[in-house]
Amino acid sequence: MPMNTEWKPKIVAFCCNWCSYAGADLAGSSRLAYPADVKIVRVPCSCRVNPLFILRAFERGADGVILCGCHPGDCHYTSGNYYARRRMTMLFSMLDYMGVDKGRTRVEWVSAAEGPKFAATMNDFVKTITELGENVKLGDLRCKESLK
Amino acid sequence: MQRIGVFVCWCGSNIAATVDVKAVAEAMSHESGVVYATDYQYMCSEVGQAKIRSAIAEYKLTGIVVCSCSPRMHEATFRKTAAAAGLNPYMVEIANIREQCSWIHKDMMTATEKAIILARAAVAKVHLNAPLVAGSTPVVKRALVIGGGIAGIQTALDIAEAGFEVDIVEKQPTIGGRMAQLDKTFPTLDCAACILTPKMVECSQSEKIDLLTYSEVEEVKGFVGNFTVKIRKKARYVDTTKCTGCAVCTEKCPSRKAKNEFNMGLNTRGAVYIPFAQAIPNVATIDATNCLHFKTGKCGICQKNCSAGAINFEQQDEIIERQYGAIVAATGYKPISVDKMDEFGYSRNPDVITSLELERLMNAAGPTKGTLLRPSDGKHPKTIVFVQCVGSRCDQSTKGGKSYCSKICCMYTAKHAMLIREKYPDTDVHVFYIDVRTPGKNFDEFYRRAVEQYGVDYIKGMVGKVAEHDGKLLVQGSDLINNEQIKIDADLVVLAAAIEPDPSARSIATMLTASMDTNDFFTEAHPKLRPVESPTAGVFLSGVCQGPKDIPETVAQASGAAAKVIGLLNKDALVNNPCVAHSDELICNGCSQCEKVCPYGAITYIDKEVRGPGVREVRRVAQVNPAVCQGCGACTVTCPSGAMDLNGFSTKQIMAEVDAICR
Repeated sequence: MPMNTEWKPKIVAFCCNWCSYAGADLAGSSRLAYPADVKIVRVPCSCRVNPLFILRAFERGADGVILCGCHPGDCHYTSGNYYARRRMTMLFSMLDYMGVDKGRTRVEWVSAAEGPKFAATMNDFVKTITELGENVKLGDLRCKESLK
Repeated sequence: MQRIGVFVCWCGSNIAATVDVKAVAEAMSHESGVVYATDYQYMCSEVGQAKIRSAIAEYKLTGIVVCSCSPRMHEATFRKTAAAAGLNPYMVEIANIREQCSWIHKDMMTATEKAIILARAAVAKVHLNAPLVAGSTPVVKRALVIGGGIAGIQTALDIAEAGFEVDIVEKQPTIGGRMAQLDKTFPTLDCAACILTPKMVECSQSEKIDLLTYSEVEEVKGFVGNFTVKIRKKARYVDTTKCTGCAVCTEKCPSRKAKNEFNMGLNTRGAVYIPFAQAIPNVATIDATNCLHFKTGKCGICQKNCSAGAINFEQQDEIIERQYGAIVAATGYKPISVDKMDEFGYSRNPDVITSLELERLMNAAGPTKGTLLRPSDGKHPKTIVFVQCVGSRCDQSTKGGKSYCSKICCMYTAKHAMLIREKYPDTDVHVFYIDVRTPGKNFDEFYRRAVEQYGVDYIKGMVGKVAEHDGKLLVQGSDLINNEQIKIDADLVVLAAAIEPDPSARSIATMLTASMDTNDFFTEAHPKLRPVESPTAGVFLSGVCQGPKDIPETVAQASGAAAKVIGLLNKDALVNNPCVAHSDELICNGCSQCEKVCPYGAITYIDKEVRGPGVREVRRVAQVNPAVCQGCGACTVTCPSGAMDLNGFSTKQIMAEVDAICR
């Protein structure tokens, strides 16, 4: 069958099983649309997401990566989202140095009851990424510079 | 190399209408390791499952991917299917192409492309799946019910009836909750106390039920089948084993300024008090913030007058720790504060009251002994205006309004109007309403009786303002049916305030790690099919803490929750989740970082002889207790050497999914 050929952003969304993944399910069962560019990876908790996973995504050509977890205080595992928040703060402070635009990553808290918020968050994120345009693969940065 | 089978479900037209399922199966058949790919209308049906089972046998599959609805829906189903065909159930992965694909995209090409990518990610993951074996842990055969209103009482009685021990923790000095405050109940006009108090007594007399009143849950640890809960028994300053409930102290207490919470603050009580005559346990409680002994150190009148010698000013809060297999939240509700809704003048005028206050004014045990008198001057009101939907179905969240329908107000307003017209036929009763909602057995008949038999004047429209005017309340509203403005000189205005979850529910939900919706009602595991369970295993929901309900619905849900608890406690052991962390001892350097982040204390350090290629020595290494680990993965990211990994969500698996999505 014919496939889309125009550029579409590649977006990876890490969603915790208990809140955000359920929120995404609710967005789905409520038929709340958000762009197909978002592909969800299910993780048990936002604290399972190693900052390296996000760098891996950028290395492999992702244009944006978003991490969604339970609201602070509501973590299924009591404190996982606090770990995630600290780790991501650390990672975000280094992204610029690594050559990744800060706007390409985001952390959002979406509960299982917040289907509309999930859809709105994804719509907004895709809009931001579309405006930022195609990303340069992390591994290709050096090569592109030397080609100039 | 795995031999993978891919099964694409149509879900009738739910998936097939927007995803070209045949194209997905065709694309998957070219993926590395995939030896079989097919599609079928309903994979979850018996025929669909039989297809999976026979394919596992025929193609000697070592892993399967089902492209279907959310794994939260049918992951367990397909794991069982795999197990029935002799495949380890953890060799199954689900690609969610319904909730997260077909239902949100309209364009077939877009949706199909996305479905292929999602399926590809699942195939990439299943390549790295390993068979997992689940262990089991014993179930503690005791339940905890948080909240002693009608919901908690019914749940506890049903659990006790099945032969299991159950504790009720209630923060007030007595059980009974909101229902104990009510005068009559709709639609039968039964006296609330008459039907509630026998159940309260049954609770106190049951050998299986332990009532922990004036107590609060402080800490919850553990997991389904084995919770450890710390409960604070607040100091009553009364020895409950000696107090006879004679109430002499409550009469003699010279401090009379405390607002009587049971009567919604319409009158005052002593600092030592028994909330109401039928309180269970029927013992006095000293409220230290109002007690002269605690304020000045001088008074001790209650102690002198207590013939049983039950007053003990030295009593301290007591913390008890108990083990439970299941926990039921039955934390109930309260009416919202209408202070900020300035148009009704509730805070300015004592004759503007809420329905729960009216309930106390009409109750024979209330502040006026059941005679309906205005709070301001004690006169009998001749014209009464009821205002419905005060804060319900309201978008003014800044004023405390709620978007939802509180469900019970239409019926109790009809009840109040009817009771007033019955008792005082010379009273004019007007009801302002937006819609009258009376779905329920005998509910509409009841409302019609109020209108047709008792002549209650129902006016469709909202009240814009309640102003004071010549000692009366001038109610200004609109009549939408006759399209005119109405002014009524009223003696009493009754506001049907919306109901909201009890403020304690939020902290209890946090302790239970149970999720809540944006209105702080507990979320159920599935809105239709699992309405009495929380998404957190072992935590169940009873009554209004899950959403607005009337008494029959609350009792039905309470019994439903009890049935679920009994089902759980009836098991001797529970199968653990095998998706837990494990440490590679050859790589572990014993730094103990993981031990610090583990929220469950599941990681310990042991000195162990480590054997590997060229290695044979005793090292200090991390060890995960699989029965305690809940599989959050906090340790996996913390581990600096990469020794810690999570079964089912390993670093390699997640990386493989990311790679597949970005390919």
